[in-house]
Amino acid sequence: MSSDLINLTLRVWRQNDPDSQGQFESYQLNGVSTHMSFLEMLDVLNEQLIESGQESVAFDHDCREGICGTCSLMINGQAHGPDKATTTCQLHMRRFNDGDTVTIEPWRATGFPVVKDLVVDRGAFDRIISAGGYVSVNTGNAPDGNAIPIAGTTQEVAMDAAACIGCGACVAACKNASAMLFVSAKVSQLAILPQGQQERSERVVSMVSQMDDEGFGSCTNTSECEAACPAEISVSNIARLNREYLRASLCGRD
Amino acid sequence: MVRVASETLNSRVPEGHVDQIWDKHRFNMKLVNPANKRKFSVIVVGTGLAGGSAAASLAELGYEVKSFCFQDSPRRAHSIAAQGGINAAKNYPNDGDSIWRLFYDTVKGGDYRAREANVYRLAQVSNNIIDQCVAQGVPFAREYGGTLANRSFGGAQVSRTFYSRGQTGQQLLLGAYQAMMRQVQLGKVQLYARREMLELIVVDGVARGIIVRNLVTGQLETHTADAVVMSTGGYGNVYYLSTNAKGCNVTAAWRCHKRGAYFANPCYTQIHPTCIPVSGDYQSKLTLMSESLRNDGRVWVPKNAGDSRAPAEIPDEDRDYYLERRYPSFGNLVPRDVASRAAKERCDAGFGVGDTNLAVYLDFRDAIMRVGEDAIRKKYGNLFHMYHKTTAEDPYKVPMRIFPAVHYTMGGLWVDYHLMSNLPGLFVLGEANFSDHGANRLGASALMQGLSDGYFVLPYTIGDHLATSELPTVPEDHPACVEALESAKGRIDQLLSVQGTRTVDSFHRDLGQIMWDNCGMARNKAGLESAVGQIQELREQFWQNVRVLGNGQSFNQSLEKAGRVADFLEFGELLATDALHREESCGGHFREEHQTDEGEAKRNDEKFNYVAAWEYNGVGEDSTLHKEPLSFDNVPPATRSYK
Repeated sequence: MSSDLINLTLRVWRQNDPDSQGQFESYQLNGVSTHMSFLEMLDVLNEQLIESGQESVAFDHDCREGICGTCSLMINGQAHGPDKATTTCQLHMRRFNDGDTVTIEPWRATGFPVVKDLVVDRGAFDRIISAGGYVSVNTGNAPDGNAIPIAGTTQEVAMDAAACIGCGACVAACKNASAMLFVSAKVSQLAILPQGQQERSERVVSMVSQMDDEGFGSCTNTSECEAACPAEISVSNIARLNREYLRASLCGRD
Repeated sequence: MVRVASETLNSRVPEGHVDQIWDKHRFNMKLVNPANKRKFSVIVVGTGLAGGSAAASLAELGYEVKSFCFQDSPRRAHSIAAQGGINAAKNYPNDGDSIWRLFYDTVKGGDYRAREANVYRLAQVSNNIIDQCVAQGVPFAREYGGTLANRSFGGAQVSRTFYSRGQTGQQLLLGAYQAMMRQVQLGKVQLYARREMLELIVVDGVARGIIVRNLVTGQLETHTADAVVMSTGGYGNVYYLSTNAKGCNVTAAWRCHKRGAYFANPCYTQIHPTCIPVSGDYQSKLTLMSESLRNDGRVWVPKNAGDSRAPAEIPDEDRDYYLERRYPSFGNLVPRDVASRAAKERCDAGFGVGDTNLAVYLDFRDAIMRVGEDAIRKKYGNLFHMYHKTTAEDPYKVPMRIFPAVHYTMGGLWVDYHLMSNLPGLFVLGEANFSDHGANRLGASALMQGLSDGYFVLPYTIGDHLATSELPTVPEDHPACVEALESAKGRIDQLLSVQGTRTVDSFHRDLGQIMWDNCGMARNKAGLESAVGQIQELREQFWQNVRVLGNGQSFNQSLEKAGRVADFLEFGELLATDALHREESCGGHFREEHQTDEGEAKRNDEKFNYVAAWEYNGVGEDSTLHKEPLSFDNVPPATRSYK
């Protein structure tokens, strides 16, 4: 176990804007409480930087409880850091030792251009959802909730897929920067549920096509995405996406 | 002295019996014919449950919608963090629920400070929400036979809460988000992410547009429309530490207030009883543990102050299950305000646990013995996981330690029955308005209200405004737009020009401390008066000594924060002023001077049976109080009892 206060050397990626060349900067941070979250450690770094007249490190974060999907960061080469099923905001400094050097980088992928420092643009994910990640039902058209019975077990499988937080760790962890885990989670949720049947073929074809247009790479089944996923989305969803895609290709669109 | 306006506010609640007025009113409101809807444009600020559902529904009807959020994607809005569930009066469990009971529970839960007609409408449409969400593919929990499952929440004696594990907010938000993204694809919604609203444009007394800052390029943009919808959430972060996301702020609402929109009941804040306690001064936010845990968890402290034994070694006879003791009929499921105060009472009396003695136990031992660890994991797995991550303690083995924290704000911009502010053309939805929860919100009712406003109320009421108003085109170079743009720009320049020595966060922390100490779970006259003075002083220091580095023409998170904290420093004073003027205790607003012998909240219906809506008169100037009298024709006010 590490002691309550540790000293760290941080190597942080600094990049002014999308077009400029970035580089690592090193910062010494002393007296970090091991009870802090990783982002609270970065808060402390930023306070220290501002006090010494330097601009703070830009990083994305919001809910700080692991659900909004805003935080990111490659920490020592791992998306969201070393802990399994944990977002960066839930990672705590008790995981690090006194004297450690910690390297912090943004997600790196063609589909996620850097905005500034550790912040990237994940608008591609919105455009993929926009291409078909929904059930086309207008407000007011719905039958009674219990008119669509769904077996508890089916619902559980759909919920496992629906739990994706859209953070992009799967893309960052993949050597091909593939977005297959993200896309397959939404395709699976809606392919499993009865509500999603009407647009099942159209959906998978449109979403995959948008994914390709956004510059994400292909899936080569290395499962790095699953290992990095803080929401524990299973690669079996990718298998389901492939089946759905094949089905749509053979049977034609709806 | 409080300046009081002579006229009372007109809430535009139609005449008639409460269970018929919404149906009748839907017929009486003017319609915009289908072919004309595309000629109207609507700005929706915020993409949470209220904003996302509103943008989707308005676009489906045919309106041209522009949607704005400060986050990098509309799916990040803080509604996503709601855990426990959403209420509806379906009565699927056959346990005695009805629209009338949901209405009754909500009015009572709000300690008789909500508008009856709004609450009834909310209860009425609650069932449509569940149907709509199911149709969208929201994976609500199911029974083995395939029907929808329910669980219980505080302040109700029926099971009416629908849920998706501990991620109900996430699933409902993604449903609304996906519906909205479908309209983006269809070209009916234009999406503007990473935009922060900095000004409201008011033309001839009517809300007609907004000024936003593009947070990536720093550019200020002018957007005009025929109506403006604010769905920008609550102001809990005025306390610095809260369960809100770090980005949640009052700026958009406060900008509307400064342009003439009244701010109602700002002192009604909800302190949630079950959050992970503060652990150090670096702490940046507090983590909620869902109220649903109180279905199976039992709250207790040791009977003997200072009992330092490990919780498992304290036998039942030495434990004080104080909620079960004080409130035998509701037990661990009393409403949030009651549970929070009871925890504070035990800790103040010296029975608190943990390093700081500011915590109580939430214990699952008995539930695990009764149904097994697997059953508990299935219901609450992600919450237990989150607790474990934060504290490094395993709640399957040792009880959780919890303490109350700021969670939700019942106050907000004043709206009438149409959800329109006193500024015509400005509609306010969800947590950003004040209307449905009175002085205390019941668990699982925030999701219900956000979606009710966006899916099923605004789409009707906005049409009436558009159909009945003169709305001449407002060009971007209209003097009102230019003035608003200059005002936003001037403020940014001012923040950057101070070049002081203290960071924005340090001011925010100080403000939070003032608010928590004086306007928290218990308030009194002296504390509130001192808070007003301290806030004014801190605000002055801020404008003399804040350090905001970088410039306005780029991605600059310090600048974003500085603008938000500057607004909190003005807003905090209004919150304290409102709390000071309300000489009674009700719901989340507990004035120590006004309590029963048993320490329960004591309302003063004779003097304070009204909504307090404040009109802005300038920074540091006294606001003018406008009253909307409340009447309770269907749920007669009584002393709330959960005993």
